Amino acid sequence: MGSITLQKVSKVFGEAKVIPSIDLEINNGEFVVFVGPSGCGKSTLLRLIAGLEDVSGGHILIDGKDVTDAAPAARGLAMVFQSYALYPHMSVRKNIAFPLKMAKMEQPAIDKKVEAAARVLNLTDYLERRPSQLSGGQRQRVAIGRAIVREPSAFLFDEPLSNLDAALRGTMRLEISDLHHQLKTTMIYVTHDQVEAMTMADKIVVLNRGNIEQVGSPLELYKTPRNLFVAGFIGSPHMNFVTGSYAQSKNAKTAGIRPEHLILSKDSGLWTGTVKVAEHLGADTFLHLDVDGIGQVTARAGGEFGAQYGDRVYLTPDEAKLHRFDDKGLALRA
Amino acid sequence: MATQNTKTLARLMMAPSVLLLLVWMIVPLAMTLWFSFQNYNLLDPSNVSFTGLFNYQFFYTDPAFFQSIWNTLVIVVGVLLITVIGGIAIALLLDQPIFGQGIVRILVISPFFVMPPVAALIWKNMIMHPGYGVLADINKFFGLQPVDWFARYPLFSIVIIVAWQWLPFATLILLTALQSLDGEQKEAAEMDGANFLSRFIYLVLPHLARAITVVILIQTIFLLGVYAEILVTTNGGPGYASTNLAFLIYRTALLGYDVGGASAGGIIAVVLANIVAFFLMRAVGKNLDR
Amino acid sequence: MARSVTTRHKVTATAAAWVVALIIFFPILYTLITSIKTEPEAIAGFSLWPSGTFENYITVQTQRDYFKPFMNSVILSVGSTILALIIAIPSAWAMAFSPTKRTKDILMWMLSTKMMPAVAVLVPIYLMFRDFGLLDSRIGLTVMLTLINLPIVVWMLYTYFREIPGEILEASRMDGAGLWQEIVYVLTPMAVPGIASTLLLNIILAWNESFWTIRLSTTNAAPLTAFIASFSSPQGLFWAKLSAASTMAIAPILILGWFSQKQLVRGLTFGAVK
Repeated sequence: MGSITLQKVSKVFGEAKVIPSIDLEINNGEFVVFVGPSGCGKSTLLRLIAGLEDVSGGHILIDGKDVTDAAPAARGLAMVFQSYALYPHMSVRKNIAFPLKMAKMEQPAIDKKVEAAARVLNLTDYLERRPSQLSGGQRQRVAIGRAIVREPSAFLFDEPLSNLDAALRGTMRLEISDLHHQLKTTMIYVTHDQVEAMTMADKIVVLNRGNIEQVGSPLELYKTPRNLFVAGFIGSPHMNFVTGSYAQSKNAKTAGIRPEHLILSKDSGLWTGTVKVAEHLGADTFLHLDVDGIGQVTARAGGEFGAQYGDRVYLTPDEAKLHRFDDKGLALRA
Repeated sequence: MATQNTKTLARLMMAPSVLLLLVWMIVPLAMTLWFSFQNYNLLDPSNVSFTGLFNYQFFYTDPAFFQSIWNTLVIVVGVLLITVIGGIAIALLLDQPIFGQGIVRILVISPFFVMPPVAALIWKNMIMHPGYGVLADINKFFGLQPVDWFARYPLFSIVIIVAWQWLPFATLILLTALQSLDGEQKEAAEMDGANFLSRFIYLVLPHLARAITVVILIQTIFLLGVYAEILVTTNGGPGYASTNLAFLIYRTALLGYDVGGASAGGIIAVVLANIVAFFLMRAVGKNLDR
Repeated sequence: MARSVTTRHKVTATAAAWVVALIIFFPILYTLITSIKTEPEAIAGFSLWPSGTFENYITVQTQRDYFKPFMNSVILSVGSTILALIIAIPSAWAMAFSPTKRTKDILMWMLSTKMMPAVAVLVPIYLMFRDFGLLDSRIGLTVMLTLINLPIVVWMLYTYFREIPGEILEASRMDGAGLWQEIVYVLTPMAVPGIASTLLLNIILAWNESFWTIRLSTTNAAPLTAFIASFSSPQGLFWAKLSAASTMAIAPILILGWFSQKQLVRGLTFGAVK
């Protein structure tokens, strides 16, 4: 089991209120991603759940039991750290076995569990090596192995992929998602990368300055962002924000239109713009444009769109997919 | 990172070293301060009395005091000049690609591990001795009169010996700092057309500034207290020609049995050392903030 | 073309470096050579070719009982270093992993005790040693050397401990390790290289300490520093025997020193230069 409840949890470091007050419900078996810019409090929140920091106020419940004052080890959670935090003086086998040894499990049982975990994670051939003899991806898998042998009620991941190169990141993303489907255990995953959030999460928690901006499934956040912050943070490239007369004509302070919801044409359209940078990726074309009377706009065309620096092109926003925000930055619903 | 539990434990674990050092620092210093206002001679220990600033006045009016201050300064400044300039030069040399770098390094740093009395005896007898020293042999080879170094140039001789001991320290630290200089920076400067001299002045020297500061300050702390080298070679003489403040205090205390006078000298030494320490602590303290 | 220039540069630099290195090392080298000369050879003028006798070493041992001050040096330097480590490891651990607002001040203050000139406390320490009967005792000198080097030991350990990533200790806590297990299974194995370097450098410093060891000992507890200093009066030994005694006094620590070059920089600059 692994349901986690945060009740009015707050954290103060000296003068700084890192987390003013957070309420959150995480259901058993969910893959929850905390996402936000650096310094938004997402890692602190994870460490509060882990018990590595004391809360300044509020309560943390795991499976309905109050663990606010419990030691990290007593909470039944496992954590994968950003630096992997492998023990450099121990072999892979001993690294994975360490939590079991601390739990005073019998040696034969430990061996069995370690070898099972190693099989799942493709580490069987590396069990006798030291962490320093492994590649980044292998180290990552050892860290995960050390977490899964404990059969925790929930896994905590603190930016686990940020030290890997882009290609490996893609692979590990799939492996972690796959692991979640196999184990069906609650996972809480912290990242600043909204692509990781969108691809892996059942539920995304968008954090900003220690506050929850919005909680929802990836597509909910994409389709109906609650405010300007979420709208700008979720989606890549970022949503274009337009103020001024165009927004007013839509009865909004700010109008938001995603790059993929701008229809590009060489012949006619609502707006006219000059191409500043054209990125031809083959499958997509991203144009960074200077649009007359609007300003800087990014547009995406599926497939190849033949435009070069300095070309004049036409754009039309897809009105059905327009986002409108009031003067407080909150989304207006029709 | 810490929770309340670990914090309490941390305080307990720090207690022994903090308390020990506190006692070790405060008790003797307080006693020195107290003695410095007393008329207290070990030859006449029953007759101790308060004398106010007499001991300081005694020190202040003693010509040996000013000579010893001057000698202290000469030793500190002389050794610093030799070791810092020599250290930079040797560090630059050792930073070049050379054959047998490891062995050269070992040879260069060795004097630092030689205990001061041995260093002093080697120089006194093997190198500078007017009859049997190597320098005398060289002079004889050229048909010159050998020099009696410790009689004619006592202070200079001590500066040489101490500089020999500290040159490796300066070299090693400056070399370490030099090797941390980013190779790409040097290459960029080369691409920009800077020759060796301008690379040295605009790139290397600023990079070394911090290490040089550390070398100067740490050496100064030790150089203020040069003792064994003097004891073994000149014993402070001839007269007071090679007596520094540390040696004068030792003479006053353990040869003159004048506890009060020596204590006053000790307090003066503390004040001098504190001035240096103040700057050293700031230099080291900056490193902590990083 | 470019290659030959580089090689020539390397040869020139090598020649210059070796000349400088040999000049600096010369006094030690010449002492070593003289130690295996006969006494008449030693004073017969400059020569790098000894007859290769070990008689001087034997004489130093038989006439002056070299072994006793040698053992005193070993006991004092190793004893004071281990004592200092036992006191310092918990402190450094606490400062590195559980820092408070005052940690920095405490570290700086510890450093400042190191800057107190020894002569300033010569009188009270001497009188206290006399009154407690600690003059010329191994215990007294061991305590003295421990206190003198404690700040450096705390500092060195602190800089080493600080390099152990906190995340690893947190990982062990997550893995269910208690404080004791954290220290035994995780912290200590990772800290061993740093502790070893600290041990090595501190033994060197204690071995060569030449103020207190000379002033507070006479015969029983006198280590090699005091033993050698007693040769400053010319009667007794001659050049070759003096060289043999000197060689024996510095050889062990010279070899230790060669192994600890890198740690030396860090230890002596309190981590300011790495």
